[in-house]
Amino acid sequence: MPTTITYREAVVRALDEEMARDENVIFFGEDVAKAGGVFKVTPGLWEKYGPIRVRDTPISEIAIIGAGIGAAVTGLRPVVELMFADFAAVTLDQIINQAAKFRYMSGGQLKVPLTIRAAQGAGAGFGSQHSQCVEVWFMHAPGLKVAVPSNPADVLGLLKSAIRDDNPVVFLEHKLQYAENGEIPDGEHIVPFGVAKIVREGTDVTIVAIQRMVAAAVKAADELAREGISCEVIDPRTLVPLDLDTIINSVKKTGRLVTVEEALHAGGWGSEVATQVTDQAIWYLEGPVVRVTMGASIIPFSQPLEDYLIPGKDDVIAAVRRTLEP
Amino acid sequence: MTQALPAEQRRHMLTRMLEIRYCEERIQELFLENVIRGTTHLCIGQEGVSVAMAASIDAPRGDTVTCTYRGHGHALALGITLESMLAEMMGKEAGCCKGKGGSMHLTDINLGLIGTFAVIGAGLPITNGAALTAQIKGTGAVSVSIFGDGTANIGAFHEALNLAAVWKLPAVFLCENNLYGEYSAYADTAPVPNVADRALAYGMASEIVDGQDPELVYAAIQRAMERARSGEGPTLVEAKTYRYKGHSRTDTGPYRPAGELERWMQRDPINILGERMIADGQLTQAQFDQMHKDAQQAVQTATEWAMAQPYPPYEAILEDIWV
Repeated sequence: MPTTITYREAVVRALDEEMARDENVIFFGEDVAKAGGVFKVTPGLWEKYGPIRVRDTPISEIAIIGAGIGAAVTGLRPVVELMFADFAAVTLDQIINQAAKFRYMSGGQLKVPLTIRAAQGAGAGFGSQHSQCVEVWFMHAPGLKVAVPSNPADVLGLLKSAIRDDNPVVFLEHKLQYAENGEIPDGEHIVPFGVAKIVREGTDVTIVAIQRMVAAAVKAADELAREGISCEVIDPRTLVPLDLDTIINSVKKTGRLVTVEEALHAGGWGSEVATQVTDQAIWYLEGPVVRVTMGASIIPFSQPLEDYLIPGKDDVIAAVRRTLEP
Repeated sequence: MTQALPAEQRRHMLTRMLEIRYCEERIQELFLENVIRGTTHLCIGQEGVSVAMAASIDAPRGDTVTCTYRGHGHALALGITLESMLAEMMGKEAGCCKGKGGSMHLTDINLGLIGTFAVIGAGLPITNGAALTAQIKGTGAVSVSIFGDGTANIGAFHEALNLAAVWKLPAVFLCENNLYGEYSAYADTAPVPNVADRALAYGMASEIVDGQDPELVYAAIQRAMERARSGEGPTLVEAKTYRYKGHSRTDTGPYRPAGELERWMQRDPINILGERMIADGQLTQAQFDQMHKDAQQAVQTATEWAMAQPYPPYEAILEDIWV
């Protein structure tokens, strides 16, 4: 019998299972231990695993990532939390110059099995500095892996994979999804990196989306199906590594591609998908590749503006129609 | 008070200081000859701190070191060979990091050297992590982070020292105060006379030591390591020292007041230890002279060997990015 849990519960379940399995897994960050996290994502771990393995830190993002790196290169498997993903900007040197490059610069001597968790995404009125989707910051730093789960089962399976990975992983959770429910399978659930999920099969248009945009894409597909337009929805689940084969094979079948990002237009992951598809499957394309994004805007505080900016079902439908225009 | 070390240990320190000195001088020449490219940061004048630090490190126990881009001396003192380091400087496959690191990125994890860091302050938070591993696993290992006076003004320094103190990590923060952060004098960039003064803000033990006397530095580090191992937490040790050369290869140090360099050269760490050994009857002047010649020869041999090594193959470009 599959059980239903929330996205939030999937995080703590993955941590709990991995901490029980491997004593080298430790967890620290701001307010994650005694308080159980500001998003109430990690309650109970401090009580269960104690103050040696589960720690609150000062508000010191540089120190948090640095301590994670140092512990990782000396034999532990730290999971650290950055709270809001936007705060990664405070410590980008540690993530991009240090963690990502250690293995390379040392000629393979060092490995960095570090998982950096952070909550990203807009829609809660947190303003410009607490709402960004920042996945592309880390796609441009070879050495890092980037996970972007869209549902509880993927949170569970990908976080367990991240903790077991010998590379530094940036694990981005969408804060608006913490309360969402989803089924998880029985037994131990592991989701490998670099394997996209075909969320819904279709034949006319391929839609690639992550996190909260997967649901928008599925809703759009449901509505379009009533008009006889069949959409295939693909969730890459990890952006590094990126499962291009699944996307390209789908486009070879449908001939049309839409990408959906809750992020800026210029330099988004959708750009990378679009160029890879045009490079490898251009003769299969029957229409323009269309990207749904948040344009060039900084995320505003005012609710109507923020809501308007975040892509939704109608934006996806409009994009699909554009790919079908003669 | 100088705590005299055994003659054998003194001789080892002296040998390594001479190798560092002549290797650094040779590196400068190799840059001018375009055999080594990029940039370099020489530690000539600061060798005493390097050998004192290295004498305190027990890599098999798990002790670790991070240091700055002025790290050639620390790497050699810890035991990286002249051959391996020079090959790395030249970008050769036989380098300690297969030619991927270069002058500013030296790692030998078997010697406890996590890395030399090219970004100011970056090594200190990472040292905390290594100390955290030692604390959690109860290994008795200590992590040492070496940095310059300029580092005391960057955020990573404060975050790292604060966290280390709060968690009582077995760490030693060893500052080489060589009076200049790049081209700017320490006094022009910091509001307190000593870097060690900063320790008060973290409730951390601190000590100021004459960085030109390797035996004094060694004793100070030993006290700090003892504190770390006994669970009393980290210590900030400030070694007052001086770099004879400029910040990096193109800097001749014109900003230094007249006579300053000459005054510091009167207190050369190699001469201090060598002359002390002669006075203690552990070394003759002739033997000291011979040690100079041997070090020069070792550097020459290693240089020729490194120059003869092949570059890495192009396939190496994409190796060691993801495991």
